[in-house]
Amino acid sequence: MTNKINLTVNGVNKTFESLPGETLASLLRMRLHLTGTKIGCEEAECGACTVLVDGEPTMSCVYPAERADGKTIVTIEGLAQRVHEEMKLHPLQEAFVEHGAVQCGFCIPGQIMTAYALLKRNPNPTSEEIRFALKDTLCRCAGYPSIERAIIAAAQALRTGEPVQKPTHIPDSARGGSHKAVGHKFHRPEAVEKVTGAAIYTDDIVLDGMLFAKVKRAMIPHGFLKKLDISKAKALPGVAAVLTAEDIPGEKNHGLVVYDWPILVGLGERVRYVGDALAIVAAETQAIAEEAVSLIEAEFDLQPVVTNAVMAKQDGAPQLHEKGNLLKHIKVRKGDMDKGFAEADVILEHTFHTPPNDHAFIEPECSIAEPLPDGRMNIYVGSQIPYQDRAQVARALGWEESRVRVIGQLMGGGFGGKEDIMGQIHSAMLANVTQRPVKLLFDRQESLIVHPKRHATQITVKVGAKKDGRIVAMQTELYGDTGAYASLGEKVMTRATTHSAGPYDIEHVRADCYAMYTNNPPAGAFRGFGVLQSAFAVESMMDMLAEKLGMDRIQLRRMNALRVGSVTNTGQVLRDSVGLTECIDKVEAEMKRLDPDPFTPKVDPANPNLVRVWGFAAAYKNTGLGGGAPDISGADVELYEDGTFQVRSSAAELGQGLVTVMRLVVSEELGVTPDKVSVLVMDTDLTPNGGPTTASRQTFVTGNASRLAAKTLRDQISATMAEKYDVRPEQIRFEDGIVHVNGHSMTFAEVYKEMTAAGQKPCVRYEYEAPKTQPLGAGGDMHFAFSFAAQAAQIELNKLTGEVRVLKVISANDVGMAINPLGLQGQVEGGVMMGLGHCLTEEFIVEDGQVVTDRLARYRVPGIMLTPEITSIIVEHPVEAGPYGAKGVGEVSSIPTIPAITNAIYNAVGVRVDKLPVDQELIARQLWEREGK
Amino acid sequence: MNLWQKYVRPSSVKEAVQALVSAPPPAVPIAGGTDLMLDLKQGRHAPVHTLIDLTFVDEMKRLELRGNELFIGAAVAVNRVAADPLVAAHAQALVEAANLIAGPQVRNAATIGGNVAHALPAADGTIALTALNAQAEVASPEGTRRMPFTALFAGPGKSSLDKSREIIVGFYLPQARKGQASCFKRIMRPQGVALPILNCSVWLEREGDLFKEVRVAVGPGGSTPFRAAEAEAFLRGKPLTEENFSGALEALLAQAKFRTSARRASADYRRHIVGGLFKDALETAWGRAA
Repeated sequence: MTNKINLTVNGVNKTFESLPGETLASLLRMRLHLTGTKIGCEEAECGACTVLVDGEPTMSCVYPAERADGKTIVTIEGLAQRVHEEMKLHPLQEAFVEHGAVQCGFCIPGQIMTAYALLKRNPNPTSEEIRFALKDTLCRCAGYPSIERAIIAAAQALRTGEPVQKPTHIPDSARGGSHKAVGHKFHRPEAVEKVTGAAIYTDDIVLDGMLFAKVKRAMIPHGFLKKLDISKAKALPGVAAVLTAEDIPGEKNHGLVVYDWPILVGLGERVRYVGDALAIVAAETQAIAEEAVSLIEAEFDLQPVVTNAVMAKQDGAPQLHEKGNLLKHIKVRKGDMDKGFAEADVILEHTFHTPPNDHAFIEPECSIAEPLPDGRMNIYVGSQIPYQDRAQVARALGWEESRVRVIGQLMGGGFGGKEDIMGQIHSAMLANVTQRPVKLLFDRQESLIVHPKRHATQITVKVGAKKDGRIVAMQTELYGDTGAYASLGEKVMTRATTHSAGPYDIEHVRADCYAMYTNNPPAGAFRGFGVLQSAFAVESMMDMLAEKLGMDRIQLRRMNALRVGSVTNTGQVLRDSVGLTECIDKVEAEMKRLDPDPFTPKVDPANPNLVRVWGFAAAYKNTGLGGGAPDISGADVELYEDGTFQVRSSAAELGQGLVTVMRLVVSEELGVTPDKVSVLVMDTDLTPNGGPTTASRQTFVTGNASRLAAKTLRDQISATMAEKYDVRPEQIRFEDGIVHVNGHSMTFAEVYKEMTAAGQKPCVRYEYEAPKTQPLGAGGDMHFAFSFAAQAAQIELNKLTGEVRVLKVISANDVGMAINPLGLQGQVEGGVMMGLGHCLTEEFIVEDGQVVTDRLARYRVPGIMLTPEITSIIVEHPVEAGPYGAKGVGEVSSIPTIPAITNAIYNAVGVRVDKLPVDQELIARQLWEREGK
Repeated sequence: MNLWQKYVRPSSVKEAVQALVSAPPPAVPIAGGTDLMLDLKQGRHAPVHTLIDLTFVDEMKRLELRGNELFIGAAVAVNRVAADPLVAAHAQALVEAANLIAGPQVRNAATIGGNVAHALPAADGTIALTALNAQAEVASPEGTRRMPFTALFAGPGKSSLDKSREIIVGFYLPQARKGQASCFKRIMRPQGVALPILNCSVWLEREGDLFKEVRVAVGPGGSTPFRAAEAEAFLRGKPLTEENFSGALEALLAQAKFRTSARRASADYRRHIVGGLFKDALETAWGRAA
């Protein structure tokens, strides 16, 4: 017996027959195709699914559809009004676009709906009221300050009827100069679709005849697969296919560098972590697929579990791979350590620990494989490396790469966590067998258990310095837990190691890192790429050293800072673009403007348990792959008949703003306004390989590829016009969307006609190769650019409870040139918040190989309530080879936050945090034990 | 595997109880559902046949003065409790607790009855209702009856009600008179599940500068919601001084059974910080009662 559900959705009355077990989110998405309502966790934790039910913001993922009977629902699709033929955005939507509050966009419908309900009942909310209302609407790009400003601007527009105020606090690039596009504030090309709910992410796609997939996971950390019985699953009505390792047509393993990760673990083979896949199912519905997986029976010969990197290196530890447990011993050698420490007046040594972290992008992994009649296969996926996905899917199927087309979708955050293969090969195998499209969507628990994490590390730093503060020797030993499979472990831990002496010029340096396999979830790429961990260790050490020397901690850093002409610990001479001391100076000046005596704790007169104080840290991070890897990106720029341009590359847009950079660069080179340039990314049939979106490299490499493709197209147009009008090419000017040729003014639509009439296709492909680098150990340029940063954090600490709150962060980043200031603001705010999260809230717990934090409710990422006031200072020391001097910023903006906070904790109460995340109980305990009570 | 097969929407308490005993089992009442839905989705609760939605029961959604008492229906959403002027006037501690339960969207669905029904000894709403000396109205096929609030609890996560035939209809709170006030405070840690390390609610009545009556609830201070009766007795008839507070705290520490919760807080830590929390709540309520 079913009930009727009668409800009003966005002003339209609808009636449905009820379905067992249906949630409101599911009804909206599946039956009404209102896919602007997103599913991030199905735990009522993230808020992405927020809709209004009778005016109240409600999590639709835990709301039974039948409860909506008789109620009025408003979704994100219901806010914009159609006025004549135009969509008129709601002021909130407009403000989110203008203020750069939209990044990956996945959380935005939830943010806007929550804010919409707030403004309905409170037209003039304070900052505190906004934060209270948005407490549980998570944004992992963490543009919380921009979101808050957007809401304030929208509220003002709604109250006054005036247009939405544009942001005034974000400066254009100081190097913008004569530039019209780059260096100025423009919103991202897809911002409007992201605020109206029209933006399509992979899980929003429904194909005819599509099946739904689910993976049977081992859920034991170590053992051999003794028995696997899929017969009951196969017999379940509605199941289209159940596949195991025997059914892999091509290569059995995948991997980004080392092919050591089984696509499916076969009988008799080794299970190395809980997330290992044993079988995959495709069925008519998600519920049937899940039931089928629960019917698969597996038995194991359990083996002892290797739980951490130090244990993995010990004699007698179970060996997890043929080559053993050591993925890589990474070495940095410079100078003579004995000499260095002999010269030192002061020597300090300390060991630090960091846990794994999860990316917790709000959009879980999803891929759809679609077999085509011509024998090819489409893969719809949000991936950071589309061409790698193509290669790996083809390899597993035993196909030529050209038979696979990866059609990249909008990505609800990546942060490094969408570089490895997750479901792409599994959905492709199932689609290949069933010859039907197959969608494989991870739920949040699967996402938390399966994909690679940030490396857990143990880092010992030994530093030697002269009395005057000059550091003469730095020795580090790192253990990195790369988990069950290599992923990018070797690269990540190499970066951790080469950056482990900090952004300082030191004569004698030695670093040894052991990247070890264990039975924990794999560890791989994650914003900061190992440097977050080593910066925590070395920047804590810098404060400890300053105290030991009785020296100003900022002066100590400034004295030893890398400068133009410095030699890094890998033997690279820095020739240009080293803005570190300017970052340090500017953060210091701003901090001292707010508090002339920033490192002396101030007691709250109203509550003597509360103290406020600042902490400081510096950092650097390479831009680009480096280490001798060819760093190449291709881009096409094409002029269309209507006079508009398109720029194309298979670089990934994951919310960071690359598409804006590409658009601005091309519009700059061709003298057109940015709206005349469309951007297409991540389609392996239509866009050239942009390489991986990692290592803060895309602004540099794909920015350059786009710029040079546009410049080449401009040169071609000039050459054609010069010939036709018999002028020198230099006399042709491109200005304000018009080409000026010897007194003639031509639109680009006319240029298109002239070009095609001359038999030329106005389309250029440019393959850009960044300056060559050298492998570690070879000396010379290991990287073609570095970004630099300094941060200061003001905290409030409760001496009774140990609670820590971050009040203010000042962040200065040397980015070379701020091509996209609005996007840069988001990267800076998001970087600080990710660092803050790792420092204070995020603790990914694995016990005996089992993931304890397998829900978002247990792995807490910071929300708007924890957001400090963030001041961004842009420093621009241009790098010669970068586009307009630009280099990366995505990672360096997150690196100094953790030590800035932990150094502030020490300044507050003298407790040195050497293990993350900060444990308030441990602080309280040390304080009460010190006071002897 | 559908999480439920059948969904019923009774409109009266009688219908709801009738549905509970007669619907094809397993049948489970659902109020806000913000916990139950997660339990079902995450496999902590086996799929059920029938969900009985209590949010269409008019009586359970009432919030009103009845004689000299305030009645709050068990299916009243937490945000409504937080925003209602009657609750603010008579049970400020409950407003403060309600504003801290989960997040805003969840509070729009979650109910005050649900917060209590899970029988957690440190649920924010539960601790406030304990200090406010609430009574619960419970319905069964035999009719409705009133019971002391704390009698609802049998152990950690264990209700004393027979879930196959009984539901909580609502709560009665005494109206506040002049000289009476309440307060709720808590301490969290930023990592892990969002359960308080410690929460504390105080209700008191002043007679000039003396405690005429005082009730102190602390969670988790035992396996069921904990009343610091020894501390209450110590304070009764005394003025609020440093010395008297110390005495009350000593009595509280002697009586409370603080435990170590893995990954949340050790018993030591709770004992160390409870004084600050208790003092804060007590002084705030004291100031309000003036």
